Amino acid sequence: MGFVQGLVCRECHRAYPAEALHVCDYCFGPLEVAYDYDAIAARVTKERIGAGPPSIWRYVDLLPVAGPAGADLNPGFTPLVRADRLGAELGLGELWLKDDTRNPTGSFKDRVVGVALTKARELGLKVAACASTGNLANAVAAAAARAGMESYVFIPANLERVKVATTAVFGGHLVAVEGNYDDVNRLCAELASDRPEWAFVNVNIRPYYSEGSKTLAFEVAEQLGWQLPDHVVVPIASGSQLTKIHKGFGELAKVGLVEPHPVRVSGAQALGCSPVATAFAEGSDTIRPVRPDTIAKSLAIGNPADGWYALEVVRSSGGRIGAVSDAEILEAISLLARTEGIFAETAGGVTIATLAKLAAEGAIGTDERVVAYVTGNGLKTVEALGDAVGPSYVIPPSLEAFVAADRAAGGIR
Amino acid sequence: MSVIVRIPAQLRSLTGGAGEVAVEGATVAEVFEGLEQAHPGMRERLLDEDGNLRRFVNVFLADEDVRFLKGIDTPVSDGQTLSVVPAVAGG
Repeated sequence: MGFVQGLVCRECHRAYPAEALHVCDYCFGPLEVAYDYDAIAARVTKERIGAGPPSIWRYVDLLPVAGPAGADLNPGFTPLVRADRLGAELGLGELWLKDDTRNPTGSFKDRVVGVALTKARELGLKVAACASTGNLANAVAAAAARAGMESYVFIPANLERVKVATTAVFGGHLVAVEGNYDDVNRLCAELASDRPEWAFVNVNIRPYYSEGSKTLAFEVAEQLGWQLPDHVVVPIASGSQLTKIHKGFGELAKVGLVEPHPVRVSGAQALGCSPVATAFAEGSDTIRPVRPDTIAKSLAIGNPADGWYALEVVRSSGGRIGAVSDAEILEAISLLARTEGIFAETAGGVTIATLAKLAAEGAIGTDERVVAYVTGNGLKTVEALGDAVGPSYVIPPSLEAFVAADRAAGGIR
Repeated sequence: MSVIVRIPAQLRSLTGGAGEVAVEGATVAEVFEGLEQAHPGMRERLLDEDGNLRRFVNVFLADEDVRFLKGIDTPVSDGQTLSVVPAVAGG
């Protein structure tokens, strides 16, 4: 059974029932799930979690659902890998990578969708819907298919072809909208008013959906032997994931699963869409919306809903927010792939490039235990690599040709 | 100058359930004032004490975020649609 007490407005603290609501009727502030932490603390133990399934559902007591989903893709519990070669290249001491490329549809979105659709079914909603930059589209279409739900997925018309195909294959309604993500998001926010019987995972189900990102913190702590890291680097799109990872670490301490320990939270954005990084750099409390122009389309949210909260978490935890160019993103994708064997999508490139930048600036201590979140699989954004990758050389099928060409290329002998 | 204002579900208790209302005004601020006259209580939901757009309220004039224009001082023309949309969505 769940430990949810209801929903509370993050701004004015008005209380609401745990239904398909996401915005305070009075001040339009975001609604957050309120839990009975004393009851959770009395229930959860490391042993109980350790005996759970190898998925996000091992943390079900800390999620806003009554129980694990019946039919879902069992996302989460992805590897946390020690990254010594990458760490050495960047001059870092102890670096770990949370490899969320290995989720069912290749991104962390499977986590949030797992929670969202489980909650949607508890509320009796039968249509799964979302506004997406692509990764969420994949996750909703796949999870809805598995659960036997109808789905409506809204994407910007210029999305990467791979993300279109890997959504459409699951057979739901896929609506390409002429505009950028912020346009799609506004359309869905308006549609949610007219179709309250639909579960828009990142609109009217958003308070539950976003809680799924806490599992990115829970898993890292458990995989580190129930210890919190010193510093994490997280990409920022809407800002929700970063905020929830921070919340997840705090909850583990609150319910007695880890010793309290300050975690510095740093954020990563692409220069072509960096409203939160800009506000951080300027010391401003105002996040000015921007029109995105970056290859990191999964982070291309120009008007980030949780940008302000992400800013607050980074500032209060002593973190930083970096912004990196498209060239740096591509370089970082290659660096991660060649040093650690992990192929990340452009958002992962943003994270690793920012990690490199913060390391070079001395913003990450060599004595810190650092975790960087690699949140999506590179196979989704192969188009972005363009001509940056290709064969070392082309030869006819003969031994002589290989030997000559490999010598010319400075190969191994 | 009459514009159509699209009302989100959260504010429809003030408009008797209507999702769209026609309001007079030459700027976004004037339209909001007209909205307040016709549906008292609307102003404090949209604007803070200093008269600025609340942080979690987005306003779109003909699909353009008014924060990219002149904010609540943005001029409106006859027949345009002004959408009030909760900012907390997406991601």
